[in-house]
Amino acid sequence: MTWKTTDYTGWGRVHSATGQLARPERTTALAALVKATPAPALGMRRSYGDACLNDGGRMIDMTRLDRVLDFDPQTGALHVEAGAQIGQLLKIFSPKGWLPPVMPGTGLATVGGAIAMDVHGKNHHGAGSFGVHVTEITLMTPNGPKVLTLKKNMTLYKATIGGLGQTGPIVSARLQMLRAKGDVMIVTERRVEGWDEFLALLDASEATYTVGWIDATARGDQLGRGILEEAETGAGLVPAAKRGKRIPVDAPGFALAPSVIRMFNAAYWRRVPDKGRTVVKPIDDFFFPLDKVHDWNRLYGKTGFHQFQCVVPIEAADALRAMLERIAGSGLASPLAVLKRMGAGRAGYMSFPMEGYTLAVDFPNRSAAARLIGELEAATVDAGGRIYLAKDALAWPETVRGMYADFSAWSKAVKSADPHGHYITDLVRRLKLRAA
Amino acid sequence: MMSQTWIILGATSTIARSFARLASERGDGVLLAGRDTVDMKATATDCAVRGAPLAEVIAFDARDSRSFAAILKRVDSIEGTLSVAVFVGSMPSQDEIDADPSLILGTVTDNFTGPAEFLTTIAPVLEARGSGVIAGIGSVAGDRGRIGNYVYGAAKAGFHTYLSGLRNRMGRKGVHVMTVKPGTVDTAMTWGMGKLPFLAQPEKVAADILRGADRQKDTLYSPLIWWPVMTVIRLIPERVFKKLKI
Repeated sequence: MTWKTTDYTGWGRVHSATGQLARPERTTALAALVKATPAPALGMRRSYGDACLNDGGRMIDMTRLDRVLDFDPQTGALHVEAGAQIGQLLKIFSPKGWLPPVMPGTGLATVGGAIAMDVHGKNHHGAGSFGVHVTEITLMTPNGPKVLTLKKNMTLYKATIGGLGQTGPIVSARLQMLRAKGDVMIVTERRVEGWDEFLALLDASEATYTVGWIDATARGDQLGRGILEEAETGAGLVPAAKRGKRIPVDAPGFALAPSVIRMFNAAYWRRVPDKGRTVVKPIDDFFFPLDKVHDWNRLYGKTGFHQFQCVVPIEAADALRAMLERIAGSGLASPLAVLKRMGAGRAGYMSFPMEGYTLAVDFPNRSAAARLIGELEAATVDAGGRIYLAKDALAWPETVRGMYADFSAWSKAVKSADPHGHYITDLVRRLKLRAA
Repeated sequence: MMSQTWIILGATSTIARSFARLASERGDGVLLAGRDTVDMKATATDCAVRGAPLAEVIAFDARDSRSFAAILKRVDSIEGTLSVAVFVGSMPSQDEIDADPSLILGTVTDNFTGPAEFLTTIAPVLEARGSGVIAGIGSVAGDRGRIGNYVYGAAKAGFHTYLSGLRNRMGRKGVHVMTVKPGTVDTAMTWGMGKLPFLAQPEKVAADILRGADRQKDTLYSPLIWWPVMTVIRLIPERVFKKLKI
């Protein structure tokens, strides 16, 4: 049977959908589906909100189309099916001296999803977004596969990268892998005492991979304290990471009580010695620390959680500081909070990145958190920044449109690629992105 | 250790693809045999990148014994241990079969007589080499005829009995034959069937098959929970069983 009625959610488990899913295992099966019943594609559902949902409608699960179609060990040029997971590519290619050019915080994200969200990683300040390294995309259209390149199909190509799946299912993509010295990470961890020091360190960092963990519960003099991680790939031998644990049940609400989180964060911060340290880690440990705990989203209980992520221009750093103050003052933040310097590299009309600072903070799904996120979104607009649609579950149409300067170009390209709105998802519907 | 090459029949099936991938990752060669050569080419490249020293595609149709010769010819020049994994099969629903009894012939050919004819053809080649494993994928459905899919079950039961005899024959010449009985697996065949008991992921079943082959298991239930479940189901007296709907 082709279609299966399923209840499914995004990673944050705040939004859910009931609808029919198909899961083709061959390109020919995908072609037949898109011809007869075009529907948006989904991957591993690692988008937090409703980008990967189509309540009451159909979606095509791409996870079984996950094969490497071609690889040139001399140049690192890779052709891969869209359902392949970034972590799988890391596992296959890092022993051969090649890495996925950009890796998001979870290795479970698929190549198709990485393109549709134009994801970024810890090397964004130097390498740009995932889409920057894509050289060719094959879309499945009702008339069969269509190969896109930036040169030949500029508008459709740029509407597809970061395009939230609105140009149709991606079958496969060619991308340029990154040369690596080896498959271990040499990581320098430094305690950071406060906000100004953090920005200064991020600005000055010359490492290939840089990321900051921030204690979003620390206030006053300690506001913005955290840990800066700078890393390079290297050759060496480290034991592989231990097998992952699984969260078997939804955690009770008190597990994330503010006092518990404040204590956890303080201890986590002190974990790194005062003078810093350099450690050697298995490569997947560094890139995908949370993947070791399967279904960690269940830690937030059955009501789920939100992640707020915004980016603001360099000159709006003070506005970001004010946002962090508001977050710390609220006592609502979870331990998962990240601060990072972003470069300008982006590849699609609707790509999230811009030169500046990005802040990501998780909140358990409570009404106070939803209100706070609304305020943070407004502050992001005022600061000339953007929110990340891969994470968003709460924004309003008016908030989002103004954030994306190329929205009308995207809108036009999408309208021509999908005039009947077959690929509309819950996120696109909520934000009225196709209602131009 | 000498290199091992797997002839994988029905290589487009979900479990076969997982199996080919796992075998490749540990350095075994894979000869992918099936009807959809375009799709198998994609799997072959994937296997080669993952470490298979040999990853090739060969056209094979369980319903056409003329397609067997090409495989025999090809393996002639492959050195080392030669093993076979049979994933060929088809499962029309019992309702479809009841409406069109002519489907029975194809079901029996795909699940039993086709693979049996191929294995009987290649048996002397393996015997002459004096090594290797034949892993035949049957089904828990072959353990007892149930109202829900007894034609498929009957074909698999026939295949089980064939494999048992083949084991008896080939064991004497150093070739091991393993009967695999998977339960419900999350494949294209079971997608959309509603909630299924003990649904296993294809990667898990593939890993069980590879490990079972290494350890020369005779009969392997995968996942293992099906061994007690089917033991109980087989013990139910026919007098009672005929009234049940399980």
